[in-house]
Amino acid sequence: MTLRQPFMLAGMSIPPATDQAQGPAIHVQGLEKAYKELRVLRGVDFEVARGSIFALLGSNGAGKTTVVKILSTLLKADAGAARVNGFDVVTEAAGVRESISLTGQFAAVDGILSGRENLVLIARLWHLKDPGGIADELLRRFALTEAGNRKVATYSGGMRRRLDIAMSLVGNPPVIFLDEPTAGLDPQARAEVWQAVKELAQGGTTVLLTTQYLDEAEQFADRIAILHEGRIIVNGTLAELKQLLPPAKVEYVEKQPSLEDVFFAVVGHAGEDDKE
Amino acid sequence: MATHFLGDTVVLTGRTMRHVTRSLDTIITTAITPIVMMLLFAYVFGGAIDTGPVSYVTYMLPGILLITIASGIAYTALRLMMDMQGGLFERFQSMPIARSSVLWAHVLTSLAANVISLVVVVGVALLMGFRSGAGLPAWLGVAGILVLFTLALTWLAVIAGLTAKSVDGGSAFSYPLVFLPFISSAFVPTDTMPGPVRAFAEHQPVTSIVNTIRDLLTRQPVGTEIWTALAWCAGILVVAYIFAGIAYRRRIS
Repeated sequence: MTLRQPFMLAGMSIPPATDQAQGPAIHVQGLEKAYKELRVLRGVDFEVARGSIFALLGSNGAGKTTVVKILSTLLKADAGAARVNGFDVVTEAAGVRESISLTGQFAAVDGILSGRENLVLIARLWHLKDPGGIADELLRRFALTEAGNRKVATYSGGMRRRLDIAMSLVGNPPVIFLDEPTAGLDPQARAEVWQAVKELAQGGTTVLLTTQYLDEAEQFADRIAILHEGRIIVNGTLAELKQLLPPAKVEYVEKQPSLEDVFFAVVGHAGEDDKE
Repeated sequence: MATHFLGDTVVLTGRTMRHVTRSLDTIITTAITPIVMMLLFAYVFGGAIDTGPVSYVTYMLPGILLITIASGIAYTALRLMMDMQGGLFERFQSMPIARSSVLWAHVLTSLAANVISLVVVVGVALLMGFRSGAGLPAWLGVAGILVLFTLALTWLAVIAGLTAKSVDGGSAFSYPLVFLPFISSAFVPTDTMPGPVRAFAEHQPVTSIVNTIRDLLTRQPVGTEIWTALAWCAGILVVAYIFAGIAYRRRIS
């Protein structure tokens, strides 16, 4: 493979050399995985179109993380096949790793390094030119410039997550996995992460997002799939999913503000107050 | 991928080295135990131990250096364990980098951190009256054996770091290694020990390593014991390396 021609590495704005323009970004067929007796995945099938946001919904233990781990080459499936950016996750794992980045459930950042050093580290591991410039650009995009030289251990949960997602953008991979990106965050930090994901989608990146917050899927996802008892039981756009229910009844209800509305009204709208 | 092994290892070693330099207390903690032992033995017990014409500080220094390494590698296991627990390790595994670079970075960092601790301990020993007439080749021999011993124990620490379930477990494995020099020729000549203890002391790795380093520092002929010492170091290194590889593959698959 000629994946590393120098002129392809000049900057982040150039699409990755691995971009295989044909077919879906992610193709999963008949995926099965068991941990001893426990059959977590019992034949999972789905496709994710290029440049779309795909939300995988499911309750705790539904197997969302297992799917993400198999797709990011961290775990081998017992049966079935998966291709990411045209590469088979088992036989062409190297090609897959060139095409993806993973933001796991636990912020994958180095607490002892500064935010900038974290980004420089990842840029150097992608063998990019000008790691410092890439780091500064991402710090700016994620409103972390001021905190850039501070130890990450001093960051708030939302800042760590933002840095985490920024690190996933280094190297400009065409496919990004976000495994429960807002788990354990307060409402303000969640809004910060949402902002970051929206920016990703605008850049044309394919995003596979797992979540147990339904409103999150409703907000961004082009398609939503529900993983339940090891299988995808529903897969469609939000409009298609809503048609599965009986037609809406018209009722007149006085709209009370939700607690979230109150929270944001009181603290100011999150995710924007620390950007210029 | 292999072509990036060196570059990736250098980058990742830079990261783990920052973990060491930003928590210098780990270097101090590593060096302080052997230094206290050295003070204790030199100024409390040492007067009662007859080591002939060699000063007692010089006599016990080889053993003290091995204790320094044995306590230093506990931090290697700890750093590796902490890395495996965080999400960063999974990020590295999902990136297009040489996968073994992550381990080698820890191994090289362990070597560097131990060298720093050893230099500190030798410095204190010099203040306490350690003197050696050894020439450059002999010093290089000493350095070579210490590096080999550090690498051997580091790969043991890698096994502990990859398999330990808790912080306590991750560092407890080093306690027997720290105490091994006490049942050896490191502090007292073995011929004063009762039969079974003496038999153990004379046939465990530390005695041959200590005797070789001591002979090199005191300008004595090293004899065949250097081969025993090198065989122990190389043997531990190879076995630990193989088992660490198995533990690593089990962990990442």
